[in-house]
Amino acid sequence: MSELREIDARGPRWSAGLTAIVLIVALITKSPVVIAIQLVQFGFGAFATPPKSPYGILYRKLVQPRLPKTFHTEDIRPPQFAQWVGFFFALLATIGALGHTWPLFTIATVFALFAALLNSIFGYCLGCKVYLLGVRLRHR
Amino acid sequence: MVTALLIAGVIIAALIVGTIYRNRVGRIKNINEVKHVVSASDIGTELGSVATILQFSSAFCAPCRITRGTLSTVVTSFTGIKHVEIDAEKNLELVRRLDIRQTPTTLFLNSAGQEIARAVGAPKRDQVISALELISG
Repeated sequence: MSELREIDARGPRWSAGLTAIVLIVALITKSPVVIAIQLVQFGFGAFATPPKSPYGILYRKLVQPRLPKTFHTEDIRPPQFAQWVGFFFALLATIGALGHTWPLFTIATVFALFAALLNSIFGYCLGCKVYLLGVRLRHR
Repeated sequence: MVTALLIAGVIIAALIVGTIYRNRVGRIKNINEVKHVVSASDIGTELGSVATILQFSSAFCAPCRITRGTLSTVVTSFTGIKHVEIDAEKNLELVRRLDIRQTPTTLFLNSAGQEIARAVGAPKRDQVISALELISG
């Protein structure tokens, strides 16, 4: 099967908005279940692709049909890379919540929330920005 | 209560950072003291006779496409100005030498290849035009 390389650029932004809401609920409830839901979302986004993640599917089924038919597309790699970054933070947060290590849970969730807010409100993808710096460091 | 304050703090921080970013992105900054000089062999093609706009991109980057569109159309209305796009990931030595930290980064070079202005992020069309008018004299 040929992989999808270009996706509707509005999808990741919508997912980031939903992510921000879920992370806020997680911070309020301190519930391992809520942060685990977000971990699963990031996991699908990173290991599969963002359109195959739960929020991506919700976007296509519920949101996209109500939006204008013309839209910008973007390369799938930046949002997928960002889901990896999100997965890492959500993993730390989930470990923190399960072990009742609340500082770990709070710090990791706050970082993820900050990135999700920037992405959903401004369309500014923090995870994508660090990419070139990462490549520069790797290939010395 | 602490949690509510924390959440409010994160939201405010994101709004501040996002607003600063939105105002800064793509702004063309003039460079008064020349630090970087680029030669034809660095970029694998001759420099423009008046100026060269050197765009660093990566496959990974959506604003790079917008930048490419803006720059390639703007240069057509000037003579002697060339738009050259470079894949940052494949030219890491040059990327380090010129201190390129993210893509897109656009350098404005004069006829001698000296960097006289730089824009990080997708530059605005009218800013590019006024920068080029300044270079063309």
